[in-house]
Amino acid sequence: MSAAAIIMLIIAILTVWGGLALALVNLQRHPEDDTMMPEEHAPEL
Amino acid sequence: MSSKAVPGGTHESKHKRETWSTRKVFILAAIGSAVGLGNIWRFPYVAYENGGGAFIIPYLVALLFAGIPLLFLDYAVGHKFRGSAPLAYRRLHRRAEGLGWWQVAICFVIAVYYAVIIAWAGMYMIFSFTEAWGDDPEGFFIGQFLQVSENVNIGFDFVPGVLVPLVLVWALVLFVLAAGVQKGIGRANIIFLPLLLVMFLVLVVQALFLPGAADGLDALFTPNWAALADTGVWAAAFGQIFFSLSVAFGIMVTYASYLKRRTDLTGSGYVVAFSNSGFEILAGIGVFAAVGFMAYSAGAPVNEVAGSGGIGLAFIAFPTIISQAPLGALLGVLFFGSLVFAGLTSLISIVEVIISAVQDKLGLRRVPATMAVGLPMALVSILLFPTTTGLNLLDVTDAFVNNFGIMAAAFVAVLLLTYGFRALPMLGGHVNETSSIKLGRGWRIMVGIVAPVVLGYILINELIARIQEGYNEMPAWFVGVFGWGMAGALIVIAFLLSLIPWSSRSAATHPVLDAADTDPKEASR
Repeated sequence: MSAAAIIMLIIAILTVWGGLALALVNLQRHPEDDTMMPEEHAPEL
Repeated sequence: MSSKAVPGGTHESKHKRETWSTRKVFILAAIGSAVGLGNIWRFPYVAYENGGGAFIIPYLVALLFAGIPLLFLDYAVGHKFRGSAPLAYRRLHRRAEGLGWWQVAICFVIAVYYAVIIAWAGMYMIFSFTEAWGDDPEGFFIGQFLQVSENVNIGFDFVPGVLVPLVLVWALVLFVLAAGVQKGIGRANIIFLPLLLVMFLVLVVQALFLPGAADGLDALFTPNWAALADTGVWAAAFGQIFFSLSVAFGIMVTYASYLKRRTDLTGSGYVVAFSNSGFEILAGIGVFAAVGFMAYSAGAPVNEVAGSGGIGLAFIAFPTIISQAPLGALLGVLFFGSLVFAGLTSLISIVEVIISAVQDKLGLRRVPATMAVGLPMALVSILLFPTTTGLNLLDVTDAFVNNFGIMAAAFVAVLLLTYGFRALPMLGGHVNETSSIKLGRGWRIMVGIVAPVVLGYILINELIARIQEGYNEMPAWFVGVFGWGMAGALIVIAFLLSLIPWSSRSAATHPVLDAADTDPKEASR
């Protein structure tokens, strides 16, 4: 493989899978609200 | 959250809407829907033909500036108005109901042929053990397996080798859908998606160890920077992101409508979007490593053997690779198994759009709605496609429903929501109530300006090309009926369906839950 191809392969992997890692971290920092688990209807009703 | 008392509270038990048990299940189902055949056989070739390694730049731009904003738009409509596409759009504005039915009609057409490709892939999984194609994969696929007729028309000469697996695909999909949102769709994705990921990872590792793999990756990732000056390359990137993320044809509206009220929509959406793209990159690596091996075996450069992806890659090029590779049968089972599982989770989501719409409109329960939608659909699919004339029909309907169905509906949807109903501030506000990443003016610009410009550009280019060139040298009457005619009929059918009154038992009489700024009386009228 040429150096340019290897660099672009690494950039592609880092940006996309890095983006996925960041998205997962963000989701973990905002855990699901357990007090609002499956509901029959909207809580205000 | 609204504190407004909603009238008609007694309806709740009657119209209890199904929900995902947790957001994890929703995320898995949404990824299962987005990751489909296109990720495996379309993305690697779009990238290869549009700048190679340089393609990552327009690709990321398209993902961040069009794909993800449109994904959030779908989530917002489905989650706020808590309905299938027609009901959600109707609750947004009475005149928008037809847009929802247009998306439903598009899903109908896609589902009837998509199932056939899954049936082929299932058969090829079995063929991989014996390498049934011998030394002529192309002749085997066209001649022996599909028995493609020389005449381009519609016929009813059934091919049992396709008919039987197709019936099984429909039986499985309808079984899953009849079981419901959580117990059916959720559970299927919890099983199929990890299975797909593991199979595909093993496939990629196996492909990377084949001789010539590095040459394939070199061909895919060597950047051609000049391509970035070509608007066609940018259009290809937006088109790929757009088809791949399953935005704007009702799926994400429907899936988001089953979410609980307090769900981090944007946080979940980023995970879905990047998982989908992550899988595409993985597919690019796996497919081009294998193509590199094919070139090595043929003693030819990669560009001479690469072909053009799609059905040719899966059912002609891959069998060639399987015959030549060490442990070829394993490679075949992994590849075709991946197509089957990726396809099934997508097909489930496509059919769910229709079931959910019919369920809402007629006030049916899950099993009767599944049967009312699924059986006629399966019948159409089984009558038209496992025949000697099915391949041409599939080819033309696929091309036209993608461009003049999905793409056109998306274009109309962003224009209507932005300028017709001026709904973006309200939808963005809804998302912001419960989401970790907020949507502001940037999002409204992406959805209201960038998306329509790009979609309009791609649509007009495609329109000009099809009018000037026709399609794949097929007879004009055939393209006219099953291409143009079909795409036009979808709009007419959508309009007619929107005129049918809603059943008194339907969900339309149910007040919009948690839609603070929508008058429930207006919505249920």
